[in-house]
Amino acid sequence: MNGETSTIDKMVEQKYRHGFVTDIESDTLPPGLSEDVIRAISARKKEPEWLLEWRLKAYRHWLEMEQPDWAHLKIDAIDFQAISYFSAPKKDKDRPQSLDEVDPKLLETYDKLGVPLHERARLAGVAVDAVFDSVSVGTTFKAELRKAGVIFCSFSEAVQEHPELVQKYLGSVVPQRDNYFAALNCAVFTDGSFVFIPKGVRCPMELSTYFRINAAETGQFERTLIVAEEGSHVSYLEGCTAPMRDENQLHAAVVELIALEDANIKYSTVQNWYPGDENGKGGIYNFVTKRGDCRGARSRISWTQVETGSAITWKYPSCILRGDDSVGEFYSVALTNNYQQADTGTKMIHIGKNTRSKIISKGISAGHGQNAYRGLVRITPRAENARNYTQCDSMLIGKKCGAHTFPYIEVRNPTAKVEHEATTSRIGEDQLFYCLQRGISEEDAVSMIVDGFCKQVFRELPMEFAVEAKALLEVSLEGAVG
Amino acid sequence: MSIMLKITDLHAKVAGKEILKGLNLELEAGEIHAIMGPNGAGKSTLGYVLAGREGYEVTRGEILFNGKNLLEMEPEARACEGVFLAFQYPVEIPGVNNTYFLRTALNAQRKYRGEEILDSVGFLRLVREKLEVLHIGDELLHRAVNEGFSGGEKKRNEIFQMAVLEPTLAILDETDSGLDIDALKTVAEGVNRLRSKDRGMIVVTHYQRLLDYIVPDKVHVLADGRLVATGGAELALKLEEQGYAWLEDGGIASLNVASAVQTANP
Repeated sequence: MNGETSTIDKMVEQKYRHGFVTDIESDTLPPGLSEDVIRAISARKKEPEWLLEWRLKAYRHWLEMEQPDWAHLKIDAIDFQAISYFSAPKKDKDRPQSLDEVDPKLLETYDKLGVPLHERARLAGVAVDAVFDSVSVGTTFKAELRKAGVIFCSFSEAVQEHPELVQKYLGSVVPQRDNYFAALNCAVFTDGSFVFIPKGVRCPMELSTYFRINAAETGQFERTLIVAEEGSHVSYLEGCTAPMRDENQLHAAVVELIALEDANIKYSTVQNWYPGDENGKGGIYNFVTKRGDCRGARSRISWTQVETGSAITWKYPSCILRGDDSVGEFYSVALTNNYQQADTGTKMIHIGKNTRSKIISKGISAGHGQNAYRGLVRITPRAENARNYTQCDSMLIGKKCGAHTFPYIEVRNPTAKVEHEATTSRIGEDQLFYCLQRGISEEDAVSMIVDGFCKQVFRELPMEFAVEAKALLEVSLEGAVG
Repeated sequence: MSIMLKITDLHAKVAGKEILKGLNLELEAGEIHAIMGPNGAGKSTLGYVLAGREGYEVTRGEILFNGKNLLEMEPEARACEGVFLAFQYPVEIPGVNNTYFLRTALNAQRKYRGEEILDSVGFLRLVREKLEVLHIGDELLHRAVNEGFSGGEKKRNEIFQMAVLEPTLAILDETDSGLDIDALKTVAEGVNRLRSKDRGMIVVTHYQRLLDYIVPDKVHVLADGRLVATGGAELALKLEEQGYAWLEDGGIASLNVASAVQTANP
């Protein structure tokens, strides 16, 4: 159909809007990976001895591991010696204590990203811990949070100020040798966020982190750790953007969530990393390990992700439902356009009794995009009365893209109830014509149809971010017109 | 009375096959024309060609709508010019709220015509007004576009959209199909309320019964891609009594459409 083709053409022509480079002198380690590099990172961050040892142990594991190749992805070989593992804005030594001290250029960068720290933070009541390359440069609302007993700071800061908490929980959900990229992260991670919500506290605001990869050929290896004590609640959002570069940039993050008894963690991601150009050149390689541990009874962990960026996405936010009556949820929208590839999904591991999980996955493929859902639902022998519901929908826009579904279901307890529904549809030429016939332009029609398709996921996002996610999808599908 | 729609020698192909083979039609403002005919005669094709659906290729002929060349316009521009197609099978758009959809459509049309955009308050006021005129409840407003609607609800929703968008020319494509008699009456009543001296309507139907409720000014018989007979409401009754086979028996003098009807019935 000509109309469809022209829509796709427009989408293919769509340019990455966050492609600019901030001109800041970076304090960057030369490329290469060795024990010395890890020691250098650890030394720069003035880390305690145990953490250095922990990193080195991970590195030694990593050396013995091989890059996994089971995903439905075509990945060019990654030269790990060509990557620089540390890059910090120059003012590392005397880090800014408040936003006023932050390099104005940095703030300008956030502005271009549409994340004016103070404005946004004040208006939306959001505390933003912004990670600019590898070092956190500004944290807002910290004092107010502290009043509630909430700790929300950069990972490095947590290592300095709350080492006992970090040591207790670090690696307790994603072990060092969990997988190739997680092991790499353990060895070389530079910064990230740390959240601790004490017993019975409902975090008074949404917590948010914006990640951005800036320096050329700099891999970013963040580490996020969120601990919710008994009966506490927290909602956390991360947004990610990276500048435009020809070469591929590696990103391998690890996120660990721990929910104790009756705790509730909601983790939302809006990911808009540079996807590469229309010929598939450049873009972020995004290999992320995210896992939540529902350690206590009646705890709940909910992952919501909107993934529109990256050349390659390899990501399976998971829940280990250890506590009885615990609940795991996964809501995902993944959009691939041009030559983007995504292999994403979740794992729900049911261990406790009466554990429940819900998976809603929406994959959208356009251009030459390849989108795979890969999900594991495992009911272990002692997980009496476990329940899972999985709904997995794919939408194809155009005829050169692909959607794939790889559900794995392992049930070892006869009382389990597991449901799986999957649909694949092409964006209806019917739907498009119906909208056009009512006077709606093709572009508006496509974004309206896609938005409707994603609604189940969007309504899980905190309000202000749902608006943003919707806008992001529109931008990704909008095309050069207008 | 002025000619609103003038179709001259219209030929159109779908998937390489010629469906319309020289159709002529003139419609004046305020008139309702019924187009009847056997399955496959090209009734729906005519609606799609008027609306500008892709894949419906006009190979010859002309369509003037209020003096403008309709065939040169994109489908959304035709809609904005006032052409409305009530679909035989209204399309479901999951997750898109019916009210939001309609407001987007109305505002797109208003913008095209250089009119002010309606905000949600103004729009809701308009919607309430129309619901009242049509005697329908507001239960359709809060649902996704046609999603999970019954056949009757879908058709009512089409008429509701038509009431809100206030087209100049409305084409009702087999609006009666799949409706029981009560639903048919409701829909027909809605259509009758939208009759106006400024609005033309083309009612496409396979059966006469719809025309008991929507009384047309003219009835045309479409067979093998052409209008083969034109008359008043009595023509519809005759078709009902005798079936389309009657056409084959040369019921209409000097017309031999037998082979055409056969090929058009796959």
